[in-house]
Order: sequence, then structure tokens, then C-alpha cells
Amino acid sequence: MEEPVWVRWILIGVALAFSLVFLLLPLINVFAQALSKGWQFYWDSLAHPDSTASIRLTLITALIVIPVNTLFGLSAAWAIAKFEFRGKSLLTTLIDLPFSISPVVSGLMFILLFSLQGYFGEWLEERGWAVIFAVPGIVFATVFVTFPFVARELIPIMQAAGSDQEQAALTLGASPWQTFWHITLPSVKWGLIYGIILCNARAMGEFGAVSVVSGSITGLTDTMPLRVEKLYNEYNAAGAFAVASLLALLALVTLALKTALEWKAAREERVSTRAPAPTGLS
Amino acid sequence: MSIEIRNISKRFGGVVAVENVNFSVGQGELVGLLGPSGGGKTTVLRMIAGLELPTEGDILVKGQRMNDVPVQQRNIGFVFQSYALFKSMTVADNIAFGLKVKRWKRPQIEARVEELIGQFSLKGLERRLPHQLSGGQRQRVAIARALAPKPSVLLLDEPFGAVDAKIRQELREWLVTLHHEFNVTTLFVTHDQEEALEVSNRIVIFSRGRLEQVGTPREVYEQPANEFVARFIGVMNILELEVQQGRARLNELEFPPHGLGEGQKMRVGFRPYAVQISRDLAHYRYPATLRRTFFLGILLRVELELPSGLIVRARLTKEEYSILGLSDGMEVSFQIKQYRVLASDGGHLSPEVSAVHEAPISLGENI
Repeated sequence: MEEPVWVRWILIGVALAFSLVFLLLPLINVFAQALSKGWQFYWDSLAHPDSTASIRLTLITALIVIPVNTLFGLSAAWAIAKFEFRGKSLLTTLIDLPFSISPVVSGLMFILLFSLQGYFGEWLEERGWAVIFAVPGIVFATVFVTFPFVARELIPIMQAAGSDQEQAALTLGASPWQTFWHITLPSVKWGLIYGIILCNARAMGEFGAVSVVSGSITGLTDTMPLRVEKLYNEYNAAGAFAVASLLALLALVTLALKTALEWKAAREERVSTRAPAPTGLS
Repeated sequence: MSIEIRNISKRFGGVVAVENVNFSVGQGELVGLLGPSGGGKTTVLRMIAGLELPTEGDILVKGQRMNDVPVQQRNIGFVFQSYALFKSMTVADNIAFGLKVKRWKRPQIEARVEELIGQFSLKGLERRLPHQLSGGQRQRVAIARALAPKPSVLLLDEPFGAVDAKIRQELREWLVTLHHEFNVTTLFVTHDQEEALEVSNRIVIFSRGRLEQVGTPREVYEQPANEFVARFIGVMNILELEVQQGRARLNELEFPPHGLGEGQKMRVGFRPYAVQISRDLAHYRYPATLRRTFFLGILLRVELELPSGLIVRARLTKEEYSILGLSDGMEVSFQIKQYRVLASDGGHLSPEVSAVHEAPISLGENI
């Protein structure tokens, strides 16, 4: 099928113009605004104790969320790809649930569960454990929102690989742990890393769900996205964009890593399908 | 006895995969598990390996009950149909894997890997990854890997399934040599009867989860236990007869009634080699037209068409064919030298095949 040249150029032009206006321009603008009052102001905005506190909180959240979701994702993908059981399709749907729910609603669900008026609120209060308007709430909400990334990357890869290699390892005497470590993990490593990168990007950038549960206490429960919003609302545009530029940088790094990984995985795929011709038993 | 299978059954949910199977394998035997796909033979192999657990029954290896022994401790080498080589490991690492997890000492591992690399003609390929190998090389790596920890039993699932026809023959011969060299009790699964007949000391035949017969290749070919085996091993003419006027008949063909009454049905089978052909139309009882000739190398198979349209397959050697001066379209006469009574529809006869009946002289000479 071959479209006329003018159709091709129009389509390419539209796509280019769209990404220029809606993606590249705003991105450049973020950095332009951030630096509009000079490097010193940029640096000061980032070094402000409230900003560093928000950066720290975002990093802590990501550091907790990523291992948790990597573990969840691996086990969920393992269960779905390697076993047949009742309710498998339900589990698959459930994994996707966080993608189909508005992040604000996700946040509200945690309010319903853990706030003072919620189901577990009093129980938690009696023990002096704060979830809502505190770091645990932020972590819970972020775990929920970023749950699907790792699992969704791994399921198709694990399904395609089957379980023959694992079974071979078992017959050779390997323990389940040895099998996982030496056989399963290497065969899914690119997908796993990719899933973790996406999970990290979302965990650091999540706004909706976190803003509902955090209470936005300056210096205590502000993550970077919340800090950006607060600075902006305080008419400190340059400060807001300074923090935002860090998030934008994160996006760029994620994009670069993702491209590099896809390139590397595709190259390995090409190599593995280019097997030499059978030469028999000579 | 190296392996004993006692009253093994396996059900997946409501589906019966293997039902009440019994057989045993002697030390150092090379045994083929043969049957159509879905017959339960792979399931039996996987149960011996410990990859599946039997629903009922016991598995014994060297007299020790294996049911509760985990896969890792059964010391059984398993070669998967897909070979299941570890994709991210080199040939040497694949072979060494079983030794590493069994905590062999490093110098011993290196010595063992080198020994196997030599025995399996894999020299120069040690650092290759599985995707850089040919089909035959991959299979050799898979078998070398399975044999590395010196298993007491070697199990192979469809070992010739994934290679092209040209090297299949070489691989068969190689498997026999390998078995001879390593002298390890070996079971392999195949759906190809020719392969099973050629390679095995003994054959275990399955269909629909049940064991049909155990025997040497010669036994299952010459004394099939039932109609399934008779039809599955080699080519067989099967005729549905009905007793009329004291003779079991189908169109022109007549057989003794074997005690059946008027109107009752009977089934007989005969091998193509049991059909004798002559160009002299008066020599044998039945006239027929030689419809088609199939060249199978040194043997030829011909299709004989009776006047009623019934087709009978016969086999002869090239020499017999040329001495008789046969060709397609020729009018010939034939007789059936030997046949077997198979199960009758009404169940009046036992499902067992009766002994070979020499066809009564009247069939051949009383024209």
C-alpha cells in the first residue's frame, strides 16, 4: 500500500507540528522560565529547605515504591505467566485497574480507608500511626498508582519464554531460588529494567493521588510535584519552574534510557533470530 | 529393575491423561514410549522426572519410591523437546549448570565439562550461546547438560521432533551409540513408530492414556496385543466381515467363521507381506487389478483392487516384483497367507488378537 507523496508529507507535518507545539515547546519553556531570573536564583530555589525537603521526600518515596512494586510485579507476572488458575483473567484485569482509575479517586480511596473517618482510622489513631497527611499515605498512594508498570512489562515476556528453561534447571538440581536467580531473572532483565524505569518516572511525577493524601504540609509532606504547584500558586513562577525542571530532566533521562534499552533489546532479539544454518552432525 | 511404574494414573482436573499404567525398565535399557500425540506418554515421562505428580500409583527408581522426592533430588536427566537450553549462558555454562548447583568443586566441574565437550563433538563451541548453534548441536548440548551430573536415568521427550528429516536418521544412530557408550537407562518419547522400532530395546505403546503393549520391537510387530497396536505399528489391512452361509465374508473375500453364528460380525487384519500375488489368474483364489505401486526403497507396496472395488495392500521386494513382471493396471490373482482375528463389534470375541491362523488351504487352492 503506497500513499501519495503529499499525503505522507501532510501526515508527517501534522505529527511534527503537534509534538513541537505540545511537547517540545512547553519543555523548552520549562527550562527557559526556570532560568529566567538567572542561575543564582535557580540554584537558590532548589537549595531552599522546603525544596530540598520535597526532593528528599520524592526520593524516599521512589526508593520504597520501586522495590515494593518490582517484587509485586515479578510475583504477579510469574503467577499469571507460569500458572493456570481460576480467576487468572480477573487478576490480569485488577493489575490494570490503577491505570483506568483517575489518580484523584485513587487518593480518595486511601482517605476512605485510613483517615479518621475511614475504616481503619481509629485503629491507627489509637496506636499513634499516621497514614493520611503523612509519608505512609504518600507511599501507599504511589504504590497503588504505579503498580501495573513492572507487571505489565513482564507478563508478555514471561509468557513468551514459557517455563521449559526453569523446569530444565529444576531437573538439574537447582533450587527454586537458584532457578529464579540464574534462569528467570536474566531472561526478563530488559523488560524488568524498562518496567522499573517507567515505574520510577511515574512514582516521582505522581501528582493527583499524592495531593489528596499528603495534606501538602510544607517541608513535611510536599513531594516535588506538590512543591511545584505550591510555588506557582505563590506567584513564584521562576522557583516553580526550577523544581519543575528537575522533573523534566527526569523525564528526559527516562526517555533516553527507554530508547537505549529498546535499542539494546532489539539488537539482542536480532542476534538470537539470526541462528546459523544447521550443519548436522559432522 | 531400574524404573518401576506401578498403577500410575494422572488426572488434570477432570481430564484423564494417564490411566492405571504399569511397566518396568531394566538397568541400562533403551526404551521407547510410543503412541499418538495426546496418548499420555510425555506425561508419564514427566512424572518419572518429578515435573508432574501422579494422582495415583507409585514410581520406583532403583527400588526407591520416588513419589515424594522433589525433582531436584531425583538425579534424573531430562532432555526437553525444545531442548530448553539456557539462552543467556554459553555452551560450557549450560553443561556446567547442574554441577554448579550440586556444588561440585571447580576443577572437577571443568574436567567434567571438557570431557563431555569432547564426547559430544562440541569442541570449539564452548563459548557460543545457544542461538549461535545448529539444531543438531543444540540437541547435543541439551543431552550433554542432562548427562553432566551423572544421572541414574536419562529421559528424552521427542528427541527427534525438532530436527529436519535429513539429520533425523543420523541422530537415531547416534542415540543408540550414545546409549551404548554411557550405558545409562534411557527412556524416550516418540510418536514415530519407525523410530521406536529402530532405536529401542523395548517399546511401551500408549494410546489415550492407557498402556496397550510392552515388548521388543519384534514382539509388538509380530504379536500385537490388540487392534490398536496392530494398526499403529506398521501397515495392516483391516476387514469387517459378516458371517453368511457359514463363512465370514466381505464382498468376494471369505474366511472361516471362527465359531460365530449367522449374521454376526468379525474383524480380521493382515499385514501386506502376508498377501501372495501371481500373474497366473488361476494360481490363487482371488482375481484383482494391480492399481498402484509405491516405491519404499528396497520394498514395494502395491494396491490390489478386487472386482467389487475393495482395496487390499500387499508388499513385496523389488526382486519379487520384477520376477513376476508386474506393472500398474495388470490383472493378477492373490491369496491371503496369514491373518489375525481382531475384536468383533458385538464383543463376542475377546479384544485380544488370536494366534496367527494359517489361511485354510481352501482359500488358496480350491478355486
